[in-house]
Amino acid sequence: MTISRRLLLASSAGALAAPNIAAAQETPGVTATEIHIGSTNALSGPVSSYSVISRCLEAMFKRLNDEGGVGGRRVKFTVYDDAYQPPRTLEQTRRLVERDRVAFLFNQLGTPTNSAVHRYVNQRSVPHLFLATGADKWANPREFPWTMGWQPSYRVEAQIYTKYVLEQRPNAKIALLYQNDDFGRDYLHGVQDVLKDRFRSMVVTATNEATDPTIDSQIVQLQATGADVLICGVVPRFAAQAIRRVHDIGWRPMMFMTNVSVSVGVVMQPAGVEKGVGLITSDYRKDQSDPAWAQDAGMNEWRDFMRRYVPDGDLGDNNYTYGYGVGTTMIQVLRQCGNDFSRENVMNQARNIKPMDVATLLPGIKVQTQPDNYNAIRQMQLQRWNGQSWERFGNVIEGAGS
Amino acid sequence: MEAFLLQLTACIATGGIYASVALAIVMIYQATHHVNFAQGEMATLSTFIALTMIQAGLPYWVAFAGTLVVSFVMGALVERLIMRPVQHAPILTHVGVYIGMLLIIGNLTGWVFGYTIQMFPSPFEGGGPMLGGLFSAHQLGSVAVTLAVLILVYLFFTKTSLGLAMRAAAYNPRSARLVGIRVDVMLALGWGLAAAIGSVAGMMVAPIVFLDPNMMLGILLYAFAGALLGGIDNPPGAVMGGFLVGVLENLAGAYIVGTDLKLTVALVIIIGVLVLKPSGLFGRVVFTRV
Repeated sequence: MTISRRLLLASSAGALAAPNIAAAQETPGVTATEIHIGSTNALSGPVSSYSVISRCLEAMFKRLNDEGGVGGRRVKFTVYDDAYQPPRTLEQTRRLVERDRVAFLFNQLGTPTNSAVHRYVNQRSVPHLFLATGADKWANPREFPWTMGWQPSYRVEAQIYTKYVLEQRPNAKIALLYQNDDFGRDYLHGVQDVLKDRFRSMVVTATNEATDPTIDSQIVQLQATGADVLICGVVPRFAAQAIRRVHDIGWRPMMFMTNVSVSVGVVMQPAGVEKGVGLITSDYRKDQSDPAWAQDAGMNEWRDFMRRYVPDGDLGDNNYTYGYGVGTTMIQVLRQCGNDFSRENVMNQARNIKPMDVATLLPGIKVQTQPDNYNAIRQMQLQRWNGQSWERFGNVIEGAGS
Repeated sequence: MEAFLLQLTACIATGGIYASVALAIVMIYQATHHVNFAQGEMATLSTFIALTMIQAGLPYWVAFAGTLVVSFVMGALVERLIMRPVQHAPILTHVGVYIGMLLIIGNLTGWVFGYTIQMFPSPFEGGGPMLGGLFSAHQLGSVAVTLAVLILVYLFFTKTSLGLAMRAAAYNPRSARLVGIRVDVMLALGWGLAAAIGSVAGMMVAPIVFLDPNMMLGILLYAFAGALLGGIDNPPGAVMGGFLVGVLENLAGAYIVGTDLKLTVALVIIIGVLVLKPSGLFGRVVFTRV
């Protein structure tokens, strides 16, 4: 609280000083010496484990400032707590835009929370960049030109699984289990994107509600259709149930699980590590616990950053590799801006990122955007569960990136 | 045919979950004439307590018995400390208190034990799949436990004087007091018993659906529907109702309307039954003489 009050005082002092600078009228949040960026995150509440992303980003901007800033300016990064509650996200976002007058918004956390401000920021033409959510709706430049996600969307993920299925089993019968909400329907749309006309003949679907106690019935129903491929877009509780149930009824499909629900501790162990052998998922990040990256230049860059700027951070927490990747992308956009940090130019640069490598992303996976394609990351590599850990295999696959 | 059998056993296993929770709802209704919305959260908290005991190294059945005792005390304390002060308040106050408890206990559980899902051991593991792989040992075991609890509850309410006194205290506190029943003790006992039965339900459900602070949120809705369908004042009826909801919901989802409408169909059928037979399929019609 004291911190945010201090930030508030500092920013209102900045606003008082602003009339001296002619350009301040057209470029809110930007002075001759500073660029003010705003964000919201769940610093409290049930998903507050994501708050380390904001810590990571603060540390990255500190490193940037230590190295002389960007465009001759220092970056000031203000994060307010929304406790993952959409009404509070709207309240805090309005505070950032209208009172703090930030230049733009960056990496706000969550799908329902960002949905609450989606219209608002687009009406006010505030860049709403690189959100910490995997929903597909952020890649819609025609209707929401000011909003952009970062990580591969669930839809891109489903496209990648479907492409792999077509390559391995061209005559597959695909069973699709998805949660009956925006998250799950992204998987439905991804499969449809790739199969198009063949969707009706190749795919059978079943849905579950978030409130269902079990999905046993859906699994049995899908098995009965004779499908030999199963794609699941469900949250961790149902992922663990699905892995166990599929195994217990003796069904052996080529099984794909959303990468939201493949944590070893949260899903694979509760389901039973031996029951998930052969399960396929995907990733776009380097897993810091994988010995393959022990001497990797990119990961050493990340470790060096962690040691110097987040010395008490948990090196096993992959929110830090995520934060490092998204922070690197943001800084690239700021560098591209040159000396013009107007909202129009920030957005223009954000939608014109040439394919770039990022230290914490898998080799071959690039961050890139075009004015008509806001899927900043649209490639992933598959990985398979071997009973103890996830093993990457095959080449990087690119989604259609509609 | 095999697919249908698998589907049916999935229905019965899910129905068993609803039945055990419905039984706990009916229990508290028998003892207090109220439906406790926080029942599910209390059961989840009890299940976490059981898990803590098991992780501390206690044998399963010791932890099971310990959890029953802790839950009983917890239920009785809730009655003493929270419900007693609002005893004579309007029904809406009670609803408010129940919802408040639902939020407080749910968040407290998450705060103490975390929100990630956890594996909960089953006492019936090791037998492998039974009846030709249709049921797992745990599914059969938990149905057996539900039925055993049901028989105990039934015997308690119909064959013991304590059970009779409890029913009397719930149905007509004033007359019960006049014939020498200590109504306040009965209420506390009723809450304790309901919490203990809830904890059994929690421990039987958790190995199937995995344990997390929101485990009971969805289940309670279906269990409530089951209890109403079977008759809220009739323990065997509630268990039947719970099984029926499980079967109706899943068969409708698999063969009639598809999975996205299965809950709707189940609830439409329940409303239909209640319109025709307001006291539930197996409930007694109660006349109130003025």
